[in-house]
Parts: sequence; structure tokens; C-alpha cells
Amino acid sequence: MHGTLLPQLSHLYLTELIGLVVYDLRGRRIGKIQDATLLPLVDSARVDRFLVGGGWTWLSVRHDQIDSISLDGIRLRDEVLTPYHADEYMLRLVRDLLDQQIIDAQGRKVVRVTDVTFQIRDGRELWVMEVDIGLRSVFRRLLQGVLPPKWIRKLQSPISVNSIPWEFSNILEPDPQRRLRLNITTTLLEKMHPADLADIVEELGPDDRGALFEAMDAEAAAGALSELEPDIQASILENLEADKAADILEEMAPDEAAAALSEVEAETSAEILHEMENQPMTEVRDLLDYEEGTAGRLMTTEYTAVPSGFTVADAFATLGREETAEGLNTIFLEDSDGKLAGAIPLSRLFGKAPGTPLVELELDKLIKAPADMPETQVMELFDKYNLLTLPVVDNDGVLQGVVMAHEVISFLRQDR
Amino acid sequence: MLKSIKALRYHVLVFFSVIGPGFITAVVDNDAGGIFTYSQAGAKYGYLPLWTLAPITVLLIVTQEMCSRMGAVTEKGLSDLIREEFGLRTTFLMMAALVAANLLNVMANFAGVASSLELFGVSRYISVPLAGTAVWLLIVKGTYATVEKVFLFACALYVCYIVSGVLVKPDWKEAALYSVRPVLMLDAGYLQMLIGMVGTSVAPWMQFYLQAAVVEKGITAKDYLKSRIEVIVGCIAMSVIAFFIIVACAGAIWSVKPQDIADATDAAKGLKPFGDWAYFLFCAGLLNASFFAACLLPLSTAYTVCEGLGFESGVNRKFGEAPIFYWLFTGLIVVGAGVILLPNFPLVKMILLSQVINGMLLPFVLIFMILLVNKKRVMHEWTNSPAYNVVAWSAVVLMIGLTLALVAISVRGI
Repeated sequence: MHGTLLPQLSHLYLTELIGLVVYDLRGRRIGKIQDATLLPLVDSARVDRFLVGGGWTWLSVRHDQIDSISLDGIRLRDEVLTPYHADEYMLRLVRDLLDQQIIDAQGRKVVRVTDVTFQIRDGRELWVMEVDIGLRSVFRRLLQGVLPPKWIRKLQSPISVNSIPWEFSNILEPDPQRRLRLNITTTLLEKMHPADLADIVEELGPDDRGALFEAMDAEAAAGALSELEPDIQASILENLEADKAADILEEMAPDEAAAALSEVEAETSAEILHEMENQPMTEVRDLLDYEEGTAGRLMTTEYTAVPSGFTVADAFATLGREETAEGLNTIFLEDSDGKLAGAIPLSRLFGKAPGTPLVELELDKLIKAPADMPETQVMELFDKYNLLTLPVVDNDGVLQGVVMAHEVISFLRQDR
Repeated sequence: MLKSIKALRYHVLVFFSVIGPGFITAVVDNDAGGIFTYSQAGAKYGYLPLWTLAPITVLLIVTQEMCSRMGAVTEKGLSDLIREEFGLRTTFLMMAALVAANLLNVMANFAGVASSLELFGVSRYISVPLAGTAVWLLIVKGTYATVEKVFLFACALYVCYIVSGVLVKPDWKEAALYSVRPVLMLDAGYLQMLIGMVGTSVAPWMQFYLQAAVVEKGITAKDYLKSRIEVIVGCIAMSVIAFFIIVACAGAIWSVKPQDIADATDAAKGLKPFGDWAYFLFCAGLLNASFFAACLLPLSTAYTVCEGLGFESGVNRKFGEAPIFYWLFTGLIVVGAGVILLPNFPLVKMILLSQVINGMLLPFVLIFMILLVNKKRVMHEWTNSPAYNVVAWSAVVLMIGLTLALVAISVRGI
């Protein structure tokens, strides 16, 4: 029909695609594009089907039935079109993506999709390139259908582009079955820093939040969960299946797991504990026995304590074997009754002869707190003695755990 | 016994932890415009209009309750939900209307600041720039928690009206009687006043603000029952304040001679014969209410618009990170305060215009709200029950009808 060769278009916006007229082999008008779908299990970016509104039903055009795509319309090379049937494996761009929230894994924030940019390949295939947010795409959306697309393209050019590459866009879908069918993974999120992930989670609604924690691997979920506010932690744990919640808590430090669980309703909390492996469960339950707002609740139980008869070499051997909380920089000495006898900053171990007895290196004055000491007094001790760590003991003087300096920071920030 | 005291203390504490959004929203409803409407009602018709307060409270509770429930369950703002379910263009048009109406509202409230301080002999060329700067600083420098505390303190200052109402020594027997005895007169002025009272009681911005504040405060479906009580208490508090404003004007002005008043400061002057304190407190109340609304409106508008259109927002972001947010609320303050300093600015017309725009927008907001709150996919088990829907739809239809009537009246005035 068109004899002139138009300069080939390199990209197309979803807003432009919607409403494009589809012509058959003989140039007769079939209808207008209503939506476009991806089939993520087959290809994550290529538009698989175009849904064309014609008469009473929508027709579905396969990507290989298209001859050319331009702003003037879509021409087909094949006329055998089937009516559109809702298909759970399809991601419909207008219905499922436009105006919905997604996670920008690169920019680490939750954004709302205003438009989608396609790359046109071979003049007839559309590949999703970017998700558009920001003023430029808002401008385009508002004027679509009011002005011709070519004008809009000219007018929008002074506004700066604000887009997220498709490969960094993480779609949110609360339904777990659909997540699988749409091949939505959480790989991108699992690679993020737990604190960034936690910021994102805080911005989401409860449905999306639950879905993410359901889908993420337990380790990433545990990382993010420990960074969240207590009330959000509780709402997430309460909405998860008990076994999944247990898996996540097992990955957390016992004190953090206990803190999260303490906000959960008693019944749910018992269910979750029941699903946990024996050892982490006992540790968490012991911590939960301490009253809220005491040193016992603040402490971590992942510390290293050795008999006071040990040497520097023995200490290094133990440290190599045991799991100690990240950031803990003190090793503790216990006497033969298991009572706390001394503390040694790790830095003192370096450069000493392997045979040096540890008792020679211990701090002159050992500051410790009983497990039932109120939080505020714990904070005062940290301030008064410039502590980095504070050992917590029971009535018999046996070491129960260690309060670390970062707890002070969290406490002060909460207080504010 | 001790246990029940402990339990009670716990519930009281939890209640205070959710207090804020519903209370603030309902009380700010009595801004400069609201105070004028109630003063006018009292000055011209005395105790007769008092019966409307009970139904107004119910209407307010029904609409506010749905919003705060949506906020608690979805943890998303109203403009967010409208965008998700009804698309960008609809949202944009609503936001445009909201910005226009709120800008005019900001003007009315800066005018309230100006005129109330003029009664104390402060020139508006000093008071308005100072108030504008104070508003801007409070928003930019404050966190959600501090701003909320300031707002709650402002709510407490509404007590001024209660005290000044008492000082006027109105006829309490009459007041009590007419609070429960509906009086309908086929008098154009009286009907217009009734419509005005109802029409100004629910404004579109309130729905957006309330839902956003509930989300911001982190109230979840679990705490919702307490939040519902808070909404109800807030709406009742708003009516109590309105009651005292009407009673004060009825006692001071109507009982001497029923008359129209030109603005809220007129009402204050009318209180003068009843002592300096009655007069002073009425002015202070107006200043407090106007300043309070002048803070809240620009902030809430900027949040709502940025949320709905997907721009970065929030006072904890830097200017460069959220430019549209900052420009929007700065613009609202600068323009809203600036026009008050222009000589011959047609303020009354602007206030009428704001009522028209609000009135046109409100039906959409309320209908979208009720559609959203009934969506299973959005609200799960928290949708309206059928019985509640009957109440909610009737409230919405009544509200829309009265608002449109107010629009018709206001259009004639422009």
C-alpha cells in the first residue's frame, strides 16, 4: 500500500502500540491493538502475542504472523488468527504491568510503571527494553490519543528520560502459582544488600511483601527480615506458612529471631517454634524466656568462650572452628565452673607467642551485666565504660550471651 | 483486679499508639472555611442548626472509616490505589483538580492567619510571610513523628472554642433542645446554610490525607480496630468543636440580633461584649486552625500527587531526589500566601471557587473509594459488609447530592 520507504523505527512505546491499527494481507483493517503479552517461560522480553480488538472478541496475533510494525500500523503476513483466550502463562503488559508497582533492582526502590519501551527488531518484532517511570512517560501517557504520536515524540524530547532496564525490573505478583507460570524469580533481590532489600520491603503492601518472603530463599529472607521494624517483621511472619517462617528464622541470629518472634501472636509463635530445628529452636526459646527490655533480650548467643587455661594458639584454633556473630571482637574466658572469668579483645591476640596463656592478656576490669538488667542501664554501661561488647551472665555468673555495640545504636534510634 | 488494670493500661497505650491520623484529619476539617460556616450558622439562625451536627458526624465517620481501613489493609495511599485500578489519566485529572482546590483552600487559610492576627494588631505584610516561612520550615525540617506531634498539639488548642463558647454564657437549655430536634424551614437562606454545613464537612483532600497518614504511621490490619475507634473519637471531637462555635455565635450575636457575618473575624468581634477572653480565645482558635490547615494542605497535596503519578516524594528525601514534591508544596505555600498580600484580591470568589472544585471532585473520590473498598482482590476479608454498604452508599449519595447543591449555590456567587 505504502510505496514510500519510511525510515525504520528503532523503538516503540507501549502507549503508542495501544491503538495501532492492524491490517491484513490485502490492507484491510482488522482492528486496534488492545494489549500485548509476553510468554516469560519461553522468552522474558520478546512480545509473543498482540491482542487485537475486532468486533465482539479479541483476536490473538502471534509474533511471527507480523510483517511490519510502524507508527502507521501493523501489517500481517498471515491471516489465520485465533480468538484470544485468557491464559495463565501470559503476562499482559497493559493489564498486569502498566500502572502497577515493580521493584527496580538496580536503583533499589519500588516504582510505578507508566510506560514500556520496546526495541523493534527486523522491523517486525518487539522486545521489551525498558520500563518507563517519571515525568516524560507521564507526559506521553496523558497526551496519547490527543496528539499524533510523532508530535508527542518531538514534544517530550526536552524532558529527561527516566527508565529501568527490563532485566533489572522485578515484577510483583502475590499469587504463587502465577509467579511460577510467569517465571518470576527473586534472584535479583537475593543479590541485594539485606538493608536495601528491607527498605524496599517496607514500601510494599502486605500482599506483595508476603509473596516476596514466600518466594525468596531463606538466607536472603532472613537477612532482610532482621533489618525490618518489629511490627513489619511480625506481620510478615504471621502471614507466612509456619514451616517457611521457621526456615527463615533458623537462618537468623538467635537474638534477632527471638526479637522478631516476640512481636508475633503467641499461638502463631508457638507454631513457628514447633516447625524449627531442635537446636536453633531451643536457643530462641531460651532467649524468649527473658523479659522484654532486659539485657537478656538484647544479647546474642553467638559468642566464643574458652576455658581460662587456654593459650593464644588454642584460642585461634577455637575461633577457626566456631561460628561467632559478625562484628564480635572479644573472646571470653570461663573458669572450671563455667563462670565468666575474663574478656580479651581479639586484637590483643595478634603478634603474641602461640604459647602465651590467655589470662595474661585479659582486660583488667571485667564489666558484665545480669540478664535481667533493664535496657536503659545496659546503655548507661556502654556509655560510661566506652564498651564495644558487654557480657551477660545469669545468677551464678555463667556467661549467657553478649550485647554488642550495634544494639545501642538501634536502641537510641528507636528511642528518638 | 491488677491484671485487668494492666490489660486496660495496655489497651490505652495501644490506642495512643494509633492516635493521630483520624483525629487530625477530622479536627482540621474545622479550618478557616469551616469556622466561618459554623459562625455564620450560629449568628444568623442561632441554635436551630445544631441538630445537623449528629448526622454530619455519622457521614464523616462512615467516609473516614473506609479510608483508614483501606490504608491499614493495603498499606497504600488512596491515589496509589486509584492509579492501580483506574489508570493514569483518571488519576491525573483528579490530582489536577485536587491541586487547584487545595491551592484555593491554602489561600483561605492564609487569609485566616492574616485576619486573625490583624485583630491583634499585626499587619498581614508581617504575619503572612512569617507564617509561610514557618509552615515551610516545619515541613522540611520535621519528621513524620514531630509533625504529627505539632498537629496533635494544634488539635488540643481547639479547646479555645469550647472555653470561649462557655464564656459567652449561651442558653444551654435551648442548645441541648435543638441539638436533638431537627428543624426544617423552607427558607432559601436556611437551606443554603444546611447544605453549606454538610458540604464543607467532607472534602476530597481529607480522604487522601487520612489514608496516607494511616499508611505512614504503619497502622496495619491488626491494629485496625483501635484505629477505627480513633476515627470515631476524632469525628465526634470535630462536632463538639463545631457545636461550641455555633453556640458561641448564637449566644453572642444571634441573641442580640440575627445577622449575616462577613468573615470569621466578624464573629470574633461579636463576642467582644462578653469579655476580652471570649474574644481573644475565638481569635486564637481561628489563628490556630488556619495555620494548622495551611501546614497540612500543601504537605498532603504534594504527597498525594507524587504518589499517584509515581514521582519520588517524602520530606526525608533531598531536594534533588524529589524535585517535583518539593516544588509542588513550596509553590502551594508561596502562591497561597502570596496572593493574600495582593491588594483587591478577590478572596471570597476564590473560596467559592474552591467549594465548586471540591464539590465536583468529591463524587468521584467517594465513588472510587467505595468501589475500591469493596474489591476482594484489594481488601480481602476487609471489604464492606452488605449492611455497611447500604449505609455507605446512602451516605455517599446524600453527600454527593448536598455537595452538588452547594456547587450550584457557589456558582451563583462567582
